[in-house]
Amino acid sequence: MSYMKALKCRECGKEYAKEALHVCELCFGPLEVIYEYDKIKEVLTREIIEKRAPNMWRYRELLPLDNEPSVGAQVGFTPLVRAHNLGKALGLKELYIKNDAVNFPTLSFKDRVVSVAISRARELGFKIVACASTGNLANSVAANAAACGMESYVFIPYDLEKTKIMGTIVYGATVVGIKGTYDEVNRLCSEIAGKYGWAFVNINIRPYYAEGSKTFGYEIAEQLGWKLPKNIIVPMAGGSLITKISKSFKEFIKLGFVEDTGTKVFGAQATGCSPIINAVKEGSELIRPVKPNTIAKSLAIGNPADGYYSAKVMRESGGWGESVTDEEIISAMKLLAETEGIFAETAGGVTLGVTKKLIEQGRINKDESVVVCVTGNGLKTQEALNGHLSEPTIINSRLSEFEDLVKANGKEYVVKA
Amino acid sequence: MKKRVYLTYPKEQVKEPLLYHVAQLFKVVTNIRQASVSDKIGLVALELEGEPEAIENAIKYFIEKGVKVEPIELDIIE
Repeated sequence: MSYMKALKCRECGKEYAKEALHVCELCFGPLEVIYEYDKIKEVLTREIIEKRAPNMWRYRELLPLDNEPSVGAQVGFTPLVRAHNLGKALGLKELYIKNDAVNFPTLSFKDRVVSVAISRARELGFKIVACASTGNLANSVAANAAACGMESYVFIPYDLEKTKIMGTIVYGATVVGIKGTYDEVNRLCSEIAGKYGWAFVNINIRPYYAEGSKTFGYEIAEQLGWKLPKNIIVPMAGGSLITKISKSFKEFIKLGFVEDTGTKVFGAQATGCSPIINAVKEGSELIRPVKPNTIAKSLAIGNPADGYYSAKVMRESGGWGESVTDEEIISAMKLLAETEGIFAETAGGVTLGVTKKLIEQGRINKDESVVVCVTGNGLKTQEALNGHLSEPTIINSRLSEFEDLVKANGKEYVVKA
Repeated sequence: MKKRVYLTYPKEQVKEPLLYHVAQLFKVVTNIRQASVSDKIGLVALELEGEPEAIENAIKYFIEKGVKVEPIELDIIE
């Protein structure tokens, strides 16, 4: 049974049938899925959710599918880690890391959105799935398409490093490198999406795709014992995730699953690509596009589709936005790894680096609960750490050399008899 | 054919009647759906209607004038 009612324009409110549409014909505003919350309230309770399998589909009534999902059965319900060590380092009483670095199957939160997008695309009768991506989205589309036997196309700028596409080609996706400027590549992808009857997950399937991100927020609320955090820090690329986390909290409040305790939503970007943060700081509603220049490639979107709405979420929740330099990103990645044993991708460094800044600025109250969102795995962006980690010490295979090394490091260990 | 684009005018072009010129120079119908203009920047959501070649030429003209032309979906490459 589906509780998805229609698609609705976020700007003018015009409603559309649940088809492969993404912009309002009238005003070009983005379309969003709306649900029959009254009916959901009658059938869904916290107890029912708790009895279900630990994956993102435990919230299926709030996802935009007419039937059961047809791919990604194991996606989601990633750990919410109580970060005592990192909390101590930052002076926070109650810190959590929501860790999608271990999301299945491609180690980023994109598996949430892609499994919804592909399942919906199949319901709508599509045979080919596609996306334009240089990283996590490409990996996820290729893997999930392979898992359900669909053909997939991934479009990239032609000069992207080969190592970046290994994790996509391995799944059998057709990867097309397009020559031209970033803008030209963007325009061609939009044209292909318009001309061919394919499911472009982040274009014509976008309203459904984006809804998958809500599960990240639902899980946080449930894992906190059906409570909302007082502060949450979210990385922003196109800005969709932060708006959907906010939507997820609002839906849980509407359904009576959690109390409205006033969560402040904070956005994080890299200084080398911070169009949304710039708008927040200037108090402007206008998102001015920028040319990205940062090691946080997964957040490098110069003209974010949901920029305006993300800034609104931060403003209305009483949150704020900050950005961090490449140096600060690396230092935060190391801090997270060394204190909590979590190796996040560069975007995770952005989020933690920004959290640190917000605490220093007094914008986050140290006595309140704080959730830091980690959305991807560090193994995917290892090159960012080149030259920033200590080298291993090399010794000859003699015990005496090892003992000299221990001594040189100023250490002393108990020796077994 | 129809094509939907976002135009971002740089500061220097904000006061120029480029849409008028485009309609005069090429056989395209320009249909503004949303716009936001200040003295620093101009943003226009535009539908262009005409033959594919005329639309292509109109887009080239905008780019030559320093206007950023993007699909209505903005940045698609994630």
